[in-house]
Amino acid sequence: MNIIVCAKQVVDVAEIKVDAATKKPILVGVPQKISDMDKNALEEAIKIKEKHGGKITVVTVGAPDAKERMKELLAMGADEGVLIVPPDQADYHIITHLLAGAIKKIGSYDIILCGEASIDLFSGQTGPRVAGLLDIPQITYAQTITAEPGKVTAERNLGDKSVTMESPFPVLLTVTKESNQPRLPSLMAILASSSKPIHDWSAADVSQETLTPKVKTKDVKGIPMQRKNIIYQDDLDASVTKLVDELGKVGVLR
Amino acid sequence: MVLVYSDEKKLVLELLNKAEQLGKELQKKVLAVIIGSDEYAKEYLEHGADVVIVVETPQPQFKAEEYTSILQGIMKDHGNDIVLIGSNKNGKELAARLAAKLNTGCVMDCTNVYLQGKTLLVERIVYSGNAIAVEEFTTAPQILTIPAKVFDPLPKQANPHGEIVKKKITAEQSPSKILKTQEMKSEGVNVEDAAIIVSCGRGFKKKEDIRLVSELADVLKGRTVGCSRPIAADLKWLSEDHWIGLSGHKVKPKLYVACGISGQIQHIAGMRDSGVIVAINKDPEALIFKSADYGIVGDLYEVLPKLTSALKEKIG
Repeated sequence: MNIIVCAKQVVDVAEIKVDAATKKPILVGVPQKISDMDKNALEEAIKIKEKHGGKITVVTVGAPDAKERMKELLAMGADEGVLIVPPDQADYHIITHLLAGAIKKIGSYDIILCGEASIDLFSGQTGPRVAGLLDIPQITYAQTITAEPGKVTAERNLGDKSVTMESPFPVLLTVTKESNQPRLPSLMAILASSSKPIHDWSAADVSQETLTPKVKTKDVKGIPMQRKNIIYQDDLDASVTKLVDELGKVGVLR
Repeated sequence: MVLVYSDEKKLVLELLNKAEQLGKELQKKVLAVIIGSDEYAKEYLEHGADVVIVVETPQPQFKAEEYTSILQGIMKDHGNDIVLIGSNKNGKELAARLAAKLNTGCVMDCTNVYLQGKTLLVERIVYSGNAIAVEEFTTAPQILTIPAKVFDPLPKQANPHGEIVKKKITAEQSPSKILKTQEMKSEGVNVEDAAIIVSCGRGFKKKEDIRLVSELADVLKGRTVGCSRPIAADLKWLSEDHWIGLSGHKVKPKLYVACGISGQIQHIAGMRDSGVIVAINKDPEALIFKSADYGIVGDLYEVLPKLTSALKEKIG
């Protein structure tokens, strides 16, 4: 089976600090990583490959330094990588056209796997957009995936219900964080991965049309959080009494 | 036209409010789309729709490929420039696929939607709740999804002037199919509508101890227990309808009590709009205290029983 995994390099949101004065996030100098759920997607791909054989190609649209992070994916078990550096001001329209273009250029694919969303922007647009551009079925928010020759069955987790779907190849799935625990590559695997190729393709290599953004980010604002921050930490009984009094005074106990 | 669609009635009613306002400003009609049963058509007219299109379909259950094709068909006939879709998981995969098919822009989970002249601007929370991105659409059509509770439904209008139109649309058939649908284990909790929520997190050592939270919730007459991601998603001590956070439910009760929750930004994103926030945590450095009005630093196994009995005395 030929499997393609779309992976994104993101800022590690857990490391983001907020500027005390402007309340804006400080993004400069924040460590970069592969988005968590994209690793879940790769883990699913590896499990399918272990059972049915095949080839896993990871496609990333991102900055040139994403190559460093992609090496980790090759160490986990992907066979090859493709990196496309997007133009400035790339929105989902542009990014997904580049991804879909790269997938078409790869040519032969049975299953495409993406994370349910990326941890930085959490839109969940990329997967279904790529499926739409390739005009293939999509199964989003997949919790369990079973691949068989020619078809895949997956359970979508919708919170209040789960929907089991089946699709012939080619199909695109997006996977949730709970679907699996991505493996940590062994030292041997890390060493062996250095011989695996990461191809540099340009935007022009994968898309004939001139892509212009449909949505532009005008500003990234801070979020004001005005809280009283009254913290009791002395005697426990006294703390409880004070808290109950305060809650009574502000009227939330009625 | 401004088009509104969701497979959840509650979301349609909320979105119609915004659609009506945009429609007024742009002098465009508001079109609500129902795929399947016309049960709620009249109600949509009473809450702001000028036209309700009821699409007859051999696919009554939501399916992204077919429903994308249906909306595309409607947009072709009616020339919709703004499409508002309810932001649940189905709505999001629909909006994104539709945007790809129409080669247009799409913004998910908009918490603010407004016009600047003729330009449509939207805001959404990014970086795990650390910031708000202001996005501008540069072309039409403009597709956006809006989560529950961002807008309130308009008051019911007694004699709406709008019309209900039935339509047959031949949707493109996808080779995928739905094998079965199963209700997930749920305790029937509705955290999104709760006025008082007591939530638990990783500070609890075992499942049985969550009783301490329910007892406090009962005394507060909130009776609603929430939790952070690990409790619902990883440990599965509570069903996912209790889960509060960026990928769980977003809540705004008048009182939110976070017990043994560290305050990861993903959790804060789900409860930051609460009226009064109380945190109980044994770690004085816990992030949750930064987002709290009141906090007690202490072992929740000691604090909760004392707090519950003190409140019982006060409230009776």
